[in-house]
Amino acid sequence: MSFVKGLKCRECGREYPVKLLAGCEDCFGPLEADYHYEAIAKKLTRDALSSRPKTIWKYWELLPLESEPKIGLSTGGTPLVRAERLGRKLGIDNLYLKNDSVNCPTLSFKDRVTAVAINKALEFKLQAVGCASTGNLANSVAANAAAAGLPSFILIPDNLEPSKVAATQIFGSRVIAVKGNYDAVNRLCSQIVDRYPWGFVNVNLRPFYAEGSKTIGYEVAEQLGWHAPDAIVVPMAGGAMISKIYKGLKELQRLGLISENERTRLYGAQAAGCNPIIDAVRRGTRDIRPVKPNTIAKSLAIGNPADGYYAASLIPESGGWAEDCTDDELVAGIQLLAETEGIFTETAGGVTVAVAQKLVEQGRIKQTDLTVLAITGNGLKTLEALDLAPPQAIEPKLAAFEEVFGGAYHVA
Amino acid sequence: MSLKVVIPTPLRKFTAGAETVEVQAATVEEVLANLDSKYPGFRASVCDETGALRRFINIYLDGEDVRFLENLATPVADGAEIAIVPAISGG
Repeated sequence: MSFVKGLKCRECGREYPVKLLAGCEDCFGPLEADYHYEAIAKKLTRDALSSRPKTIWKYWELLPLESEPKIGLSTGGTPLVRAERLGRKLGIDNLYLKNDSVNCPTLSFKDRVTAVAINKALEFKLQAVGCASTGNLANSVAANAAAAGLPSFILIPDNLEPSKVAATQIFGSRVIAVKGNYDAVNRLCSQIVDRYPWGFVNVNLRPFYAEGSKTIGYEVAEQLGWHAPDAIVVPMAGGAMISKIYKGLKELQRLGLISENERTRLYGAQAAGCNPIIDAVRRGTRDIRPVKPNTIAKSLAIGNPADGYYAASLIPESGGWAEDCTDDELVAGIQLLAETEGIFTETAGGVTVAVAQKLVEQGRIKQTDLTVLAITGNGLKTLEALDLAPPQAIEPKLAAFEEVFGGAYHVA
Repeated sequence: MSLKVVIPTPLRKFTAGAETVEVQAATVEEVLANLDSKYPGFRASVCDETGALRRFINIYLDGEDVRFLENLATPVADGAEIAIVPAISGG
């Protein structure tokens, strides 16, 4: 039995039954899934949760499906890593990394939203699925659609990283590179969905898709022994994830799984070359001025963020802040995370680390704050962002090795 | 100036199901005004009570978001295409 009550417009409150719908038919506001929380509270206890497998589906009651999931069964349950070495570098005593760079099946947080959306597409018996994507969603929709036996149509900007394109094509998807940026891709997808009977995960499946991001909040709280962190740093593109993590933590409070007194400050991170949400927070407004993206953090390159309004509202309300970093700083962030914690993240993760560093320097994140960084994607997908010198080649002779490394015998 | 306006599904309740309509107008504002006189209630659907475009609706002139131009005051040329497109989520 499903615990979903229906869909509700986040702007005007109009209610809808569960159906394929991109937004409110009156005001175009985004639709939120609403649940029977009292019934969920009876079922979803800490004890009950402790014995379930560590995937997003342990929180099935809080996801908008009517039946058991068919695909994406290994998604979620990613490690929450205690990051002492990075913490020392940043000046945070209690630092944790939510490591979605090892999410299943395609190594990014998008596997969470896609798992919900593609299962929903199966419930709706749709003929095909698709998405507009800056890369990670493309990989995830293509893989999950393949696993579900559904044809997929994936639209991407024509300047994406080659590894992200290949890691979409391999699943047999129809991949279409659109001449223009993500915002142009988005517009086209909105028009395609108007005409074709397909489910686009971030268009007409959006109310279901977006709920998948809540599971980051659930998992972090459970992995912290049912506590909300003091601070969480989250990369922002469209701005949906940060507000869904917040929704997830609020739901846990409502269900009595974490204390109502715990407050998490939300910190949003963007690249300076595409920072419309940061700009709004700095100006003290929720109104987003769209920008033309110019950054190597392509997975965050959304100049007209559909959920930016909510991100820019919630961040200051939570007592948090939003900050950006240059492309050089994000590459340094990737390197720092890799060298201190052995985790190789993509450009978006580099943004998160670099921004966390700034927030500590600004005194916004305190040394004693229990802080979580959302590391949302894998570094193997954005190798071209790095400028690493080729390794030194030597003859297979000990003398040749010693010529180069002999002095390193007592290396620390 | 005669131009084509692409209407998204939620607004086709005004246009008797038509996906595109032709209007005469010199600015984006006039496009909306003329659509409203043709289809009463149309403007209130895409603009809020202050007269500004609703937060989750975008208007494109030949593919460019009018917020990068002069918003509703943006002039429109003969034969231009205006697309009214609801915002969609990130990806």
